[in-house]
Amino acid sequence: MTAHLPALQVVIPLLAAPLCVLLRSRTIAWLLFLAAAVAALVCASVLAWQVADGEVIHYAMGGWEPPAGIEYVIDRANVPVLILVAAIGVAAAVYCRASIAAEIEASRIPLFYACLCLNLTGLLGITATGDAFNAFVFLEITSLSSYALVAMGRRRRALLAAFQYLIVGTIGATFVLIGIGLAYAVTGTLNMADLAQRLPDIYGNRALGAAVIFVFVGLAIKMALFPLHGWLPGAYAESPSAVSVFLSATNTKVAIYLLLRFAFGVFGAALVFGRMPITEVGLVLACLAMLVASAVACFQSDFKYLLAWSSIAQVGYIVAGFSLATSDGVTAAYLHVINHAVIKGALFAAAGIVVLRLGAARLSDMAGMGRTMPWTFAAIVLAGLGLVGVPPTAGFVSKWVLAEALIADGRWAVLAVLLVSSLLSLVYVGRVIEAGWFRRHSESVAVERPPLTMSAAMWALVLVSLVFGLVPEWPLSLAEGASSVLVGVAK
Amino acid sequence: MTGGHYIFWFVFVLMVIGLYAVISHGNLVKKLIGLNLFQIGVFMFYIALGKVEDGRAPIVEEGVEVYSHPLPHVLILTAIVVGVATTSLGLALAIRIYEAYGTIEEDEVIERDKAAEQDGTAELNGTAERDGVRGGEAGP
Amino acid sequence: MSLLVLMDVSLFTLLLATALAITRLRALYEATMLTALAGLLSASLFVVLDALDVAITEAAVGTGISTVLFIAALRLTRSREAVTPRRRLWSGGAVAVLLGATLLYAAQDLPPFAEPDTPVQTNPVTQTYLHESQEDIGVPNTVAAVLASYRGYDTLGELVVIFTAGVTVPLLLLRTRRRAERDEAHAGEEGAEGGTEPGTEHGTEHGREHSAEHGAEHGAEHGTEKGAEHRSARAVVMSEYRVLRVASKVLMPFILLFACYVLFHGDYGPGGGFQAGVIFAAGFVLYSLVFGIGEVERVLPWPVMLGLVPVGVLLYAGLGVANMALGGAFLDYDTLVPGHPEEGQHYGILIIETGVGITVAAVLIAVYYSFANRGARR
Repeated sequence: MTAHLPALQVVIPLLAAPLCVLLRSRTIAWLLFLAAAVAALVCASVLAWQVADGEVIHYAMGGWEPPAGIEYVIDRANVPVLILVAAIGVAAAVYCRASIAAEIEASRIPLFYACLCLNLTGLLGITATGDAFNAFVFLEITSLSSYALVAMGRRRRALLAAFQYLIVGTIGATFVLIGIGLAYAVTGTLNMADLAQRLPDIYGNRALGAAVIFVFVGLAIKMALFPLHGWLPGAYAESPSAVSVFLSATNTKVAIYLLLRFAFGVFGAALVFGRMPITEVGLVLACLAMLVASAVACFQSDFKYLLAWSSIAQVGYIVAGFSLATSDGVTAAYLHVINHAVIKGALFAAAGIVVLRLGAARLSDMAGMGRTMPWTFAAIVLAGLGLVGVPPTAGFVSKWVLAEALIADGRWAVLAVLLVSSLLSLVYVGRVIEAGWFRRHSESVAVERPPLTMSAAMWALVLVSLVFGLVPEWPLSLAEGASSVLVGVAK
Repeated sequence: MTGGHYIFWFVFVLMVIGLYAVISHGNLVKKLIGLNLFQIGVFMFYIALGKVEDGRAPIVEEGVEVYSHPLPHVLILTAIVVGVATTSLGLALAIRIYEAYGTIEEDEVIERDKAAEQDGTAELNGTAERDGVRGGEAGP
Repeated sequence: MSLLVLMDVSLFTLLLATALAITRLRALYEATMLTALAGLLSASLFVVLDALDVAITEAAVGTGISTVLFIAALRLTRSREAVTPRRRLWSGGAVAVLLGATLLYAAQDLPPFAEPDTPVQTNPVTQTYLHESQEDIGVPNTVAAVLASYRGYDTLGELVVIFTAGVTVPLLLLRTRRRAERDEAHAGEEGAEGGTEPGTEHGTEHGREHSAEHGAEHGAEHGTEKGAEHRSARAVVMSEYRVLRVASKVLMPFILLFACYVLFHGDYGPGGGFQAGVIFAAGFVLYSLVFGIGEVERVLPWPVMLGLVPVGVLLYAGLGVANMALGGAFLDYDTLVPGHPEEGQHYGILIIETGVGITVAAVLIAVYYSFANRGARR
């Protein structure tokens, strides 16, 4: 059965979605989502163990050998992402039962879980596939379910956020489709490995250059790279709490993975970073993202919007890492993908608890609530320090690795921006902590304890982020493995 | 170059018109119409890649030697399905936006949100309402 | 100039003219009808470009279903677009210029159109799909072979996408029991007002529409009240037209029969599960347009419809799991009939095409139903 793991980890969540709709029971739907996430995590972990020594697993769908058929390729570059998505899925599944019961009407809940399952399916499918067009199909599964999940937010503003996300996201996906089409036009193949083999012969072809531009712009929209980030703040901040946790930690990360796969595993670093000025463009946009988005985050009055803007800044760090196209840089990018996903998941989980208990997550509402909700606000402090990058948190480790990579490449200006952005993040995290712990609430409010499952999921993420800070060997080895595959392929 | 590429010029113009319509129009339904046009352009592009001069549809028959390539057709069948799925979801969102705001113009929606914020009445989304929180829905 | 060039150029010119007209039109019903025309023109172009399967799909989707959905959505919203502010034109223009420039750049090195020696045509995959498929799978329509078998996993993904639409649209437009009950209560109170309505059984609907007016206070300024009355009046009048009534009644069995033909003949000619599903759904939508959604609901109640939505996906993915259990890869139909891979492929393709047909038809009917029902109960 282990031979089928690459397919199973996507097929199990895929089957869970129709079952949610068919059985139409809230409890069963939740159990299905949880089971799907756990099963995916188990599959991903076993796969990670199988490929740990550098082996690459190919799985031909339908038994048709590529390039005629579609294949799944599991290597050290995508298992970290598979594990990340599945693990966040498990945390979100534990978190969402109480949270969704409080935010969504009962009759919609089974369909809502079906959407979550579909989202998970899409994310895992994008990550596992070795076929460019198949990646587009699963990208659309993820996107469509995300639009609907965002629209289920409490306020009517969620509807417009979802619609804008739909328009921008579809433009992005269509750009990816155009890019794949151009690459197909000049090679006649859709298989990523086959493309990688045929493309070096036609480097310099202008259609191929345009293909790179289209795929990158499309994915830059999906990963909310500045200045194509417009959809993100509304989508993350207005969506239901459980959805914020899941989307913020996974969706942009998988888009980043797909971009890395296209850059190194399809087009090739020699074309992307050698012949095209992607390094320079990437670094400039990354610096702008770090500065502008962090600055905007400092002026937000709503905790969830603050976190969403901070996510845009963090995408900047990741982009800065892989734009260097060095093995250190890609390692730093991977490490920050993992660490930031865990930290941001924990923070959005905390924000969800705040929303559940206080009705809103405005900083003015949170004033002085630290003493009333000590556990939640303690988690905000710990995860917030990780976001700033204070040692010994996970955020510190990945920023340190990134700084080393920048120094090794002599990018001092980017390093300076990184420091300024970290200071700005100290300001916006400080504002939240200050509001929670050092301000006085005008009237004393009695607040019920948050549901145990929600706190447990939040604390699990916080603890993981602390462990990754104190004992960074395991995530670091995953990231180094990934970068050795990607950058190694390029050489 | 121009002769052998004429079909691509048409395709590209169609894509540009479609994307222009999506971005320049504030009406949500019109945006979706523009998106459809944009995607039709992309579909045409793929199908044009598969065409061979004097070819036949890729249904194998006796006595036919030249066929157009079936793969782009398969891909575009998939893409058309994705397109209609996106359109229907977008329209469903537009309906909900109209019910919540009374308009499907993006600018007016944003205006009304700002106005509501200044009044301090954070209007709830229809899905979350439990006991008819929203306006007059509660009763006559 | 060959016939191909002539037809391409003339159809494309019409298509571009239509597209330009659409962007200029502020009346949205008219724009929708022109979009349907654009769909029809592009379907004709697909025929010229030998993509018969795609042409059927585009005709059924672009001209049929999505037009109906647009109209159903416009009935629930506003049908006239506001004047576009100038700054939007600038941003739209800038993006369009960037897109055009990149495409122009790409076109310099694109292989020429319709030549037999482009990379797409000379790739070894072409040989596999066009010739080896006849031994491997034995289906004359190579599009069906590639769709259902070689790239069957993509088709599963495509089915999941349409299934996602079938989940998300009801998720957004579902009427919860509580609200439905509240609406019922209003309908009871205000049912008396519905007396002027021709056909008393529509009184309830009329009452519901009234209750919605209190909710949509913004809408009132656009004359929703009048529009609502017109709407229900039109619903009555539609079934009064004998031609429409008889024609749709007579057409219905033929449409369904044609759908079955397209489904089961997909191996030999253009067609397949997706096209069949769309045509099937179109039959029901036509019927409900003339006789009202209530009539269709009598035949196909909502829970049944929503129950059918996941069936196709389960059938398709379930088949893949069964293949695994039989010792093959996911969706390896060869395993279905041990020793006779070609027969196994036949059964496999039949099963998945049926699955696709069921889910596509159910999803499109469910989506239309969600839209129409939202209108009827407003």
